[in-house]
Amino acid sequence: MQPSEILDLIKAKFADVSVEEQTKALVVPREKLLGVAEFLKGGELAFDRLDCLTAVDRGDKIELVYIFLSMTKRCSIWLKVFLPMDNLKIESLSSLWRSADWFEREVYDLFGVQFLNHPDLRRILNPDSWTVHPLRKDFTSPDFIKKPQ
Amino acid sequence: MITDETAVADAKSFETEEFFVNMGPQHPSTHGVLYLELKMDGEVVVECRMHLGYLHRSIEKIAENRTYTQFIPFTDRLDYLASMNNNLAYVLTVEKLLGTEVPERAQYIRVIMAELNRVASHLIAIGTFAQDLGAFGTPLLYCFRERERIVDIFDEVCGNRLTYNYIRVGGVQDDLTPGMDRKIKDLIQYLRPKIEDLDALLTRNAIFLARTRGIGILPKEMAVNYGVTGPNLRGSGVRWDLRKDEPYLVYDKFQFDIPAARNGDAWDRYRVRMEEMRQSLRIVEQAIEGLPEGQAAVKGKRAVLKPPAGEAYVRTENPRGELGFYIVSDGTTMPYRTKIRAPSFSNLAVIPEIAKGLKIADLVCVLGSFDMVMGEVDR
Repeated sequence: MQPSEILDLIKAKFADVSVEEQTKALVVPREKLLGVAEFLKGGELAFDRLDCLTAVDRGDKIELVYIFLSMTKRCSIWLKVFLPMDNLKIESLSSLWRSADWFEREVYDLFGVQFLNHPDLRRILNPDSWTVHPLRKDFTSPDFIKKPQ
Repeated sequence: MITDETAVADAKSFETEEFFVNMGPQHPSTHGVLYLELKMDGEVVVECRMHLGYLHRSIEKIAENRTYTQFIPFTDRLDYLASMNNNLAYVLTVEKLLGTEVPERAQYIRVIMAELNRVASHLIAIGTFAQDLGAFGTPLLYCFRERERIVDIFDEVCGNRLTYNYIRVGGVQDDLTPGMDRKIKDLIQYLRPKIEDLDALLTRNAIFLARTRGIGILPKEMAVNYGVTGPNLRGSGVRWDLRKDEPYLVYDKFQFDIPAARNGDAWDRYRVRMEEMRQSLRIVEQAIEGLPEGQAAVKGKRAVLKPPAGEAYVRTENPRGELGFYIVSDGTTMPYRTKIRAPSFSNLAVIPEIAKGLKIADLVCVLGSFDMVMGEVDR
């Protein structure tokens, strides 16, 4: 199945989903994420793997990037969700793909995104006592020296 | 006098209680620094909680403050047993951003190095796995002796024995040294019987079978759902290998098989690695036979790379599974964001699930059979 066919299929089912020009990623509003994810996982598309979940700090918002993979259909799809800095909350996908569990803990640890209904949302790489999220662009620490451009 | 009746009555009056065992962070079977918090009922694991991060160096943050070329040595330090493959995955991602066409000779050299490194990595995986099971010394030292020959080749080609920094954007660091093709052919002739020896030593060994068969069964659906990849996935019966399913470099030009097992136990994961070494040698043999003449790198390499703004995600088949790099470029000399999708990270996540109900000695076997490297888990 071609990526464009999948995008058309999803766009037909969900009205407020758009496609990013450069990356051909689906841009999904936060409240629609679980619905789109369930559609991707079940039925004809059978995206059986959540291959990668990460975040990018864009200054005024956090961009979540989900990369799904269908091993039977041999195709992958990117999905993006933009979260404004003052409201970093989103539904967890760990009930659909267990791989989301640790990926979401990592994003929580490094970016401070809260995943709702996550079974065990703790920091995964940094100590539990930390209060900062080191992969944010505004992160500073006395030991961290940013190289000049 | 103690009769059977009194013994039974005594046993009933005993109260058992669950207790905690801290396995790690310094434990020989965790292959690095991994801390397992085990809730035990006697010798049986009731619950396993993992604590990572002891090797966390924040390599993803470092990447944001290094130029694209400067970051290649850091990739060596992710999965330090397969540095060539790490270099390769990173470099392919940067090349995708840049749109670089790599000369065919360089692609062949990359395949040769990646496959030799796969053999070296699997040798360590098998050697340490046998060591964990109590086959003290012999298999491990045999494996290290064989690996030494491969490391010698890498040493001659790039001057390093562990962290190679050999595969570069646009090609490789240097062309093969004169006479190297002969040396690699000799190496293949040397390794083939040695792998058979190792196979004869371990695979059907009664003690080895007793320790590994039926232990730590990972069902197919669970493996896919947890994002387990590499030999661990193929051991569960999913014949999925990016070298065949999404070919990169020149892998589609070679004849090789993807081994897969059926049951998903520790023995199957081991057997897949054993067979993969044979297949890797097949690939190296064909690549060295068909090695084309030409440049080993793009001519006129620029010292500072400046990819156009954009995003790229490339996955490659590492010895431990699928290694992916997701890089966001903002058009400057340093990446805006680098995410490393490490295979061991996802492979490790499934272990608490299959640890339930195992004896603690079998948990050691499961950890060994998963062959994780904490360097890429913690990054």
